[in-house]
Amino acid sequence: MILTKEQQAILDGEKGETLAKVMKTLVMYGDAFEAEKLVPITSKYNHLVTSFGLKVMSPVYDLMQKLLDAGVASGQQFSVDPRPLDKNVPANFLQNLVFNKFMYTKQDFYEKQLKELGLMNDDAFSCTCYMDEMGNKPKMGEVLSWAESSAVVYANSVLGARCNRNSGIIDIMGSIVGYVPYFGLLTDEGRKATWIVKINTTKKPEAQLLGSAIGMKVMEDVPYVSGLDKWIGTELNDAACAYLKDFGAATASNGAVGLYHIENLTPEAVSLGAKLIAEGAKEYVIDDAELERVKNNYPVIWKNPDAAPKLCFVGCPHLSLEQLKDWTVKLEEKLQGKKVVIPTVFTAAPKVLKAFNETEYAKRLEKTGVITSYICPLMYMNNPLCKTMPVITSSNKLRTYTSARYYTDAEILEAITNGGKR
Amino acid sequence: MKQFKGRVITPGEVTAEAVVTTEGFNTLASFQMALQFGDKEVKCGDQNNKQLHGKPLINKALCLPQTIGSTTGGLVLYCACAMEKNPACMLFASHIDSLAAAGAILADVWVENVSMPVIDCLGDEFLNYVKDGMKITVSKDGTVTVE
Repeated sequence: MILTKEQQAILDGEKGETLAKVMKTLVMYGDAFEAEKLVPITSKYNHLVTSFGLKVMSPVYDLMQKLLDAGVASGQQFSVDPRPLDKNVPANFLQNLVFNKFMYTKQDFYEKQLKELGLMNDDAFSCTCYMDEMGNKPKMGEVLSWAESSAVVYANSVLGARCNRNSGIIDIMGSIVGYVPYFGLLTDEGRKATWIVKINTTKKPEAQLLGSAIGMKVMEDVPYVSGLDKWIGTELNDAACAYLKDFGAATASNGAVGLYHIENLTPEAVSLGAKLIAEGAKEYVIDDAELERVKNNYPVIWKNPDAAPKLCFVGCPHLSLEQLKDWTVKLEEKLQGKKVVIPTVFTAAPKVLKAFNETEYAKRLEKTGVITSYICPLMYMNNPLCKTMPVITSSNKLRTYTSARYYTDAEILEAITNGGKR
Repeated sequence: MKQFKGRVITPGEVTAEAVVTTEGFNTLASFQMALQFGDKEVKCGDQNNKQLHGKPLINKALCLPQTIGSTTGGLVLYCACAMEKNPACMLFASHIDSLAAAGAILADVWVENVSMPVIDCLGDEFLNYVKDGMKITVSKDGTVTVE
C-alpha cells in the first residue's frame, strides 16, 4: 500500500505508539484486500456497531481505554447501535437478574467511555442513525467507516455513500486516523452488480422476505434488482425508504450484502442504469413460489413448534416514524378498542420515538397495549433464557441470529390481534 | 501428506489438529456462548453449523471457506484471542472476508503473547482434502502441510 507522508509518519510512530498501532491495523486490513491506498473519511459523523457493555467483551473496553488513555480519541463524533436494555420491555425476574447482574454489567462503564470517545448525544443509540430525526445521514459519495451491517447497506444503496462491511472496532480505528483502506465498495468497480435479480411476483413482495431470498442467493455480491419499482415506485419517499431499510437489513443478515441497486429507484441505478451491471452477471428470478419456498425453509428451532408466542418484536432494524403511524392505524382497525393478545414491543430510535410521542398516534398506539422501546431486540434475545422463549417477529435479521420465528407483517398483525377476535 | 500454499494474513508457525467446516463459519454464533459462560474447550455454539456444533475450537486448526454473520464477528474473534480461547490457526480456502481479517489483525496488533497464524486463498482442494483430526502444520511463508 502506498501511504502519504502524513500516513507514513503516523505508522512510524511520530504521533505516538498507540496511533501507530491504529494505523498498522488499518494498513494490514487494507493489505488483506489488496488496497493500494488509504482515502479520507468524508462523512460528518461516524457510527459504531458496539453498543453493549457485555462482561464477556472486556477486551474491547480495555482496548477503548488504551485509546482514551493515549488521547487519540476521534475528532469525529458518532452514533452507535441501540442499547441492549430497557425497563419498558417485559422481562421476568430471572431475565432481569441475568441481564443486570451477569451479562450487561459493563453497560454504564462502556457508555461513559463512548461519551469520552465522542458520542453525539445521549439519544444517539440506534441501528437507524440515518433517520432524519437522528441526524447522522451521510450524503451521496461520502466515504464512511461504519460497521453496522444494516446501516452500511442502507448508506451504500439508498444514500449512495461509500462504505465497506467493516467489523466492529475497525469502525472507530478508521475514524481516529481519518482514513479507510480503498477497496471493495469504495471503488467504482466494486460497486458493479454481479447479479441481476428479476422480480416477477404477482403482488408487492414482503421486504424482509425478498431481502432474505436475495441475500441467501448472492451472499456478499452486489445485486441489481429489476421489476421492484413496479411495486414500490420510482421515488425515494418515506414508504420506499422504509421498505428498502427492511429489505436491505435482510440481505445483509441472511447473506452478506453491503450494496444493492434497485432499477429506477436507488441513486446509482437511476444515474447509471444497466452500466452498473458487470460483464457475466448471473441471473436470479424471483416469483411468488420462490418467496414461498424460501419462507418454508426457515428452520423452527423452538422446543415446542406449536407453543403459543409469549412476545413479539417489530422493529429490527428500528422502525421509522411513518412505520409507527402505519402500524397504529392497522392495529386500531383490527382491534376496535381492544388490546393486543401477545405482549408486543415496537422498537425505534430514541429521537424517532420522541417525535412519535409528540403526535396524536402515540396515545392511540398505547391504547392497543403495544409497548414502544429504543432497545435492540437482538441484544435482548442474545442469552440462553430467550432460547426457550417462543418469540415471534417480522424481522428476518432477528430470525437469523436468534430463536425468534419469522412471520410477515400481515401475519404478525393477525397473530397479535387474534385476527380481530377475542 | 499434502502441502498447500496460501497467503499470509497474520504470520506464525504452529502444529495442531484440524477441525473442518465446508460451510461459512459464523463467528458470533460459534463463540458467544463459550466465551460468555467460560467453556474451557470453547465448543462451537452455532447450532446451524452441523459440522462444527459442539466440537472444541480452542487450540485447533480451524479450516473453513470464509466467516459469515454479524459485523461484530471481528471483535468477537479479537476477544477470543485476548482471552486465549482462540483456535491455534485459521485456514481459509477462499479469500478472507472483511470480518475475519479484522479480528485476526486486531489480535495480531493489539494482543500481546498470542499468536494465531491466519492463511487464506488455500483453494477448494484444501477444503476437500482436509478432514477432522488430521495433523496440520503451518509455516511462516503460508505453506500448510496436512497429514
